[in-house]
Amino acid sequence: MKPTNIKDPEYFHKVVDCQYACPAHTPVPEYIRLIAAERYTEAYLVNWESNVFPGILGRTCDRPCEPACRRGRIEEEPVAICRLKRVAADNKNEVQGLLPAAPKQKNGKKIALIGGGPASLTVARDLAPLGYELHLYDDQKAGGGMMRSQIPSFRLPESVLDEEVNYVLDMGVHAQFDTYISSMRDMLEKDYDAIFVGTGAPRGGDLPKLPGRWDAKEHIHIGIEWLASVAFGHTSRIGKKVLVLGGGNTAMDCCRTSLRLGAEQVTVVVRSPFRDMKASPWEIEDAQREGVTILNNMPPKKFVVENGKLKGALFEKVAAIYDEKGKRTLIPTGEPDVFLEADDVLVAIGQDNAFPWIERDIGIKFGNWDLPVVDKITFQSTLDRVFFGGDAAFGPKNIITAVAHGHQAAISIDLFCRGESVYNRPAPMTNLVSQKMGIHEWAYDSPVVNDARYLVPHVDKQRALQDRKLEVELGFDQPTGFKEAQRCLNCDVQTVFNTSRCIECDACVDICPTSCITFTANEEEAELRMNLSAPAHNTSQDLYVSENLPTSRVMIKDEDVCLHCGLCAERCPTAAWDMQKYLYQVTKAAPIWNNLML
Amino acid sequence: MTYIKPRFRHPELPKNKIGYAKADYEGAISTLCAGCGHDSISGAIVQSCYELSIEPHRLAKLSGIGCSSKTPTYFLSNSHGFNTVHGRMPSIATGAYLANRELIYLGVSGDGDSASIGMGQFVHAIRRNVNMVYIVMNNGCYGLTKGQHSATADAGAQSKTGSVNPFPSIDLVGLALELGATFVGRSFSGDKKQLVPLIKAAMSHPGFALLDVISPCVTFNNKPQSTKSYDYVRAHLEATATIDFVPHREEITVSYQPGHSASVELHDGSVIQLHKLAPHWDPTDRSSAVTRLLESKIKGEILTGLLYIDPESQGLHELEETVEVPLNTLQEEHLNPGSALLEDINNSFR
Repeated sequence: MKPTNIKDPEYFHKVVDCQYACPAHTPVPEYIRLIAAERYTEAYLVNWESNVFPGILGRTCDRPCEPACRRGRIEEEPVAICRLKRVAADNKNEVQGLLPAAPKQKNGKKIALIGGGPASLTVARDLAPLGYELHLYDDQKAGGGMMRSQIPSFRLPESVLDEEVNYVLDMGVHAQFDTYISSMRDMLEKDYDAIFVGTGAPRGGDLPKLPGRWDAKEHIHIGIEWLASVAFGHTSRIGKKVLVLGGGNTAMDCCRTSLRLGAEQVTVVVRSPFRDMKASPWEIEDAQREGVTILNNMPPKKFVVENGKLKGALFEKVAAIYDEKGKRTLIPTGEPDVFLEADDVLVAIGQDNAFPWIERDIGIKFGNWDLPVVDKITFQSTLDRVFFGGDAAFGPKNIITAVAHGHQAAISIDLFCRGESVYNRPAPMTNLVSQKMGIHEWAYDSPVVNDARYLVPHVDKQRALQDRKLEVELGFDQPTGFKEAQRCLNCDVQTVFNTSRCIECDACVDICPTSCITFTANEEEAELRMNLSAPAHNTSQDLYVSENLPTSRVMIKDEDVCLHCGLCAERCPTAAWDMQKYLYQVTKAAPIWNNLML
Repeated sequence: MTYIKPRFRHPELPKNKIGYAKADYEGAISTLCAGCGHDSISGAIVQSCYELSIEPHRLAKLSGIGCSSKTPTYFLSNSHGFNTVHGRMPSIATGAYLANRELIYLGVSGDGDSASIGMGQFVHAIRRNVNMVYIVMNNGCYGLTKGQHSATADAGAQSKTGSVNPFPSIDLVGLALELGATFVGRSFSGDKKQLVPLIKAAMSHPGFALLDVISPCVTFNNKPQSTKSYDYVRAHLEATATIDFVPHREEITVSYQPGHSASVELHDGSVIQLHKLAPHWDPTDRSSAVTRLLESKIKGEILTGLLYIDPESQGLHELEETVEVPLNTLQEEHLNPGSALLEDINNSFR
């Protein structure tokens, strides 16, 4: 193998599994250390710079970081990264004064933001400090988009949502709520220098052809529309018996909201097996804990309506068969169909994009699934001054992805307005600093704690079910937050190897608790992976290969289960190993901090 | 800051025949200097015991005093251990071996502990062919007292403080050959490929097995002018042969062309395979070993590898025709054979 190029900013970035997995690349270990140091405000600001909505995401994020967490590969459970983010948000001091302000002197450019969700708000946050005049349009009565209409208050309190949406709007954004944009052509005729579309995926999936669907339509609701109607106070009751069709997080929000609106028997019916359910495991757990029944392998056959009144629905029984490629087919088992009674049915079977308001003859091309053709790097559409982001760009994903899109779109819009190529992307900001303070002293807590993951306490179930606005999760208190923070392995503190200093004494090999280091003759990667101190089967993790050593061997380090405990560097007599903290930050359109000491 | 070794291990760590992972043979975290050769030797001992599938309770670690003699804390935490007085480890080992012949005895000593204060003990353990592995972690200096020259320092070697050693060195390997040792090897802490099979062969040898392992003192004796520094040793290494140890009942997979290889079968059926043999050297011929050693010394080479093995070796118990079971298993009827037998014995002396 060739020696590893550690100067490539992506090499060490990849070692920080959580940050690498995060669409917005939030520097996770950095803020977790700040939480452990009780520097909650700084921890919040590190988050805010990167993901704009720490308090919201600390409750609702899809957490792609957690399955990636190295801790999950060396013991049972990853660090509770998402809930630690909430600890920072819950315990921070006043931050408004620390946030960047929009300059009084504008730069003369006007940008329209269509949709008031996470993607548009991120674009606004990134462009406002540069002096852009920002006009945000949304058909809801307040900002936040799907975060407001689809996420129930028992998961995300309105106060948290308002606070973080307002941090952005207060940067001089001209927001026009209750305003539905019905024509892109009209928008293009206004004097905007660029237009950003962040209108999400607003159309909930339906079962229009299922028999009975239109015979009792007052009691068959589209999940996301129903949730929005609850959120804005238009709906406050539901029948005693409720069926929820679908297995995603919207289905989980629907069933739990039903319980809070007076339903007594709530059943979620999923057409596929449990293992294929799209809902996050913790959302499923929370629903089951509240008494929701979930049935699987039952696709709906028809709605049963008698004398114009909904009685329930009939379901087929199926089994899932997977072929060698993992492709699933649902085969009827031949068992009798199952009838389930219902007063109301909530259909939560996915959502789609919809752009009825964009005329198709104005230069914005549409491709598959009626999605606009959008550049994956620049987020520019085929009409050069129109940009897309969030669910509106590539279909439904999640909040943190929308934020990541927003950052990149903001960069493109800024480049476009300055007349530069939108492909002229800025490099990430990186920094690599030794953590050595003495012979056995590091600037980070190097000992690895053995604690298992801590559970987040919940509010009493009876109380929770009586009040749809009462938040269920209580969040970690400070002492538990500290203990959970200490579980972090500090993967951003990198093991940096200096070939010319190594005397090949083997001290690092002997001390490494997880057998990561090997000195051996160089070979091809496939052979090397089998011949290390411990086999390196996880090919998604790199091997760190040194230059040739005096004995013509090389040092190979398997990054996979390195604990970042620093023992290799402590046992190294010549400091050929050093522990160096790697900070990687995605460059934003406007630098958010210049004076934050980390 | 840490002197704590994390509890977590590689989740795919392989297991040996008796179900233990290498981690099960580890000890406490070392408090020796970072980069000490002794830690590498500890690592090689862990590796050897893991590969030989030794049950940890079947092994006893014995040591004297010195940096070397601290190391038994750093490996095999689940084995027996005895940290003796300075230089007195061989007599404790002899007594332990006589009391219980069923344990594997691993003595760890240093150049001070063996070549100075314990020299008298060392030579008699060899003479008596006590069935043990005797590892000398040889760094040519007194590391615990800031690096004065020891008796194994070569004449002309310079210490960290600049003083030049005026005396010739005691060559423990040559001495052992002279005294009739039945297994003699030398190795280097920085060469586990050689050291591990040597330790495994030594553990399978029925008799006294000396391994003189050059182990650089990274703090006090790693200057370019020292003959026991990492760089000097690497530059002057000369091996008698490459060595493979094949335990009993394992298939021999590597084959070399005849004339350049030799294999020595041990009494338990295991085999030491030697390849790329040095010219005019036969591992079972003591005089060829002595000659080869002398030639290397004149050339300024450090001769490593297996130097001599006596496949017919018999341990102290066999030489003394002692009882075949550990003394603590002997019952009263064995120890008190009765007045009639005593009468016979007394009569035989009359």
